[in-house]
Amino acid sequence: MKKMKAGTFIFTVLKYVALATASIAALIPVLVCILTAFKTNEEYATTSVLELPQSFLYFENFKIAFEKANMLRGFFNTGLVMIVVLTASVFIGSMLAFVLNRFRFRGNAVVQNLFMFAALIPGIATQVTVYQIMHTLGFINHLYGYMIVMMGTDIISIYIFLQFFENLPVSLDESAIMDGCTYFGVFFKILFPLLKPAIVTSLVLKGVGIYNEYYMSNLYLQTPELKTISTALYTFTGPYGNQYNYICAGVLITIIPILILFLIFQKQVYGGMAAGAVKG
Amino acid sequence: MSEVIMSAAQKQKKSLKDILRGKKGQQFLVITLFMIVPLTLLIVFTGIPFFKMVQFSFYKMKYIGPREFVGLQNYKDVFQRSDIFKSLIVSVYYMGGAVVQLGLALFFATLLVFGTKGSSLFKGAMFFPYLICGIAVGFIFKFFYARGFVLDSILNLFGTDFDDIPLWLQDKRINNISLAATSVWRYLGQNMILFLGAMMSVDTELYEAAQLDGANKWHQFRYIILPSIKSIVVLNLILSISGSLSAFEPPYVITNGTMGTGTYFVIMNRLAHENQKVGLACAMAIVLLAIIIVCTVAQKLFFKYMFDDGTADESKAAVKKRKQHEKINRKALREGESKV
Repeated sequence: MKKMKAGTFIFTVLKYVALATASIAALIPVLVCILTAFKTNEEYATTSVLELPQSFLYFENFKIAFEKANMLRGFFNTGLVMIVVLTASVFIGSMLAFVLNRFRFRGNAVVQNLFMFAALIPGIATQVTVYQIMHTLGFINHLYGYMIVMMGTDIISIYIFLQFFENLPVSLDESAIMDGCTYFGVFFKILFPLLKPAIVTSLVLKGVGIYNEYYMSNLYLQTPELKTISTALYTFTGPYGNQYNYICAGVLITIIPILILFLIFQKQVYGGMAAGAVKG
Repeated sequence: MSEVIMSAAQKQKKSLKDILRGKKGQQFLVITLFMIVPLTLLIVFTGIPFFKMVQFSFYKMKYIGPREFVGLQNYKDVFQRSDIFKSLIVSVYYMGGAVVQLGLALFFATLLVFGTKGSSLFKGAMFFPYLICGIAVGFIFKFFYARGFVLDSILNLFGTDFDDIPLWLQDKRINNISLAATSVWRYLGQNMILFLGAMMSVDTELYEAAQLDGANKWHQFRYIILPSIKSIVVLNLILSISGSLSAFEPPYVITNGTMGTGTYFVIMNRLAHENQKVGLACAMAIVLLAIIIVCTVAQKLFFKYMFDDGTADESKAAVKKRKQHEKINRKALREGESKV
């Protein structure tokens, strides 16, 4: 009995050592960034990267990063894109899922398979030809063009809604219709409010995706005033190539909003991961 | 299983239709209105680009200007050009990284599933890298690996001489390992959360029962945890193949594909948007898509062969047994009822 206890004790110790090591390893690259972001140019040049900065109240680097990379613009544009695209994709996704789940009509299976196939094509691969279409439509260098193409690449949320509708009983629709509701009423008044958990999940997943999206915003939003958060951050590759105290400040500025959201919505984020995985 | 649900739903829908005879027009209206936007988007931004991609892959062309039909030359080039061929080899490093990542994720998820104080802290710390945008990950690791900076200083702290430390990003023998490691850092926590979710779906009473029966941790892992997650592990293993070909932002920022670190997407991006070899880039995209389709079909077949359907973790034999059991039970129940 005593021996087993010793075994459990060792197991527990090893478990915590392993978990702590992994957590530290995951955090170190970011922690060092925090140290560096608070260093003056002189400190940065003379001290080791692992040394603490003289003061954690030195915000000059953040100010410089914020201004030089025009991050205010970036936040504004990314925020605007998020509001429009997220709102639109909640409606587009849920309405499509409603139709596909509730009505048997010719072409239903075809449409579902088309979306399934589209989900297989990796986003960056098709941009070679999407670029041409964007050009033809005159969508390049317009925020609305980028918003529309971001709505078009939305497949995960459709899947999340489809799964959710499977679990909403059809009897809900029937009784509402008996009460004289139209199909539009059934969707907007009865079912849409019930979709709340699925809406939160798809907002979280899609929101992170838009906030971090780089490739398309780089291709389709090329003028300085149309920079999004990630393309703004990318400008640090040029003139500030080795001024890592500025770069780290810039990196942290982009991380902070997502960190705050993560701390608030932890549960939904983890739940969203699982929901997104089933689709694969 | 899903068929049963569907046929039940169909039955219900039929009765719905009966009530609504004459409302066909309304139904048609809803279907059309609700589908027109997503279908248009699908056609314009996925359908047409896909067909154009197939078409362009047979031409030598730029975005504007004359085209020249070259048949299968672009496809031959995908496998013969040294830069593209090398990128396929680079992706092997990322696949190796993915295997390590899956192993570690499985390990840590198992540790966490046994219940740990402060588990949400560990989970949060390990998962958070996944939420950082690719460009920021690139900068973080450019800094991390730079000569004399983070990694070198840490190794120095533990007594390694600076002269003995290799150049993480320039040394061609190891730079792809360094870059693949950033991928492991980024996705390990996300993998762990996925596995943990699958493990948690097991009834916790099973663990307690097993413990009472004297099963040790290894037995619990082997006979309770592993069966519950094998399908999601296989799924992730297959996804890692297309994932390693799609690695883009970190290598793009850290080395921009120099010193033999160009991944498939980095090379494709360069060919398409810098060199304007549109036809060749399209052929690369089609080849990638073909690989992904092969992987997906392999996955579907694997699950069809191994399990009842793509999501269940029961083997086919187990399902058969369970169904038989249910049948017997139902029969017994019916007989019981009729006697009453």
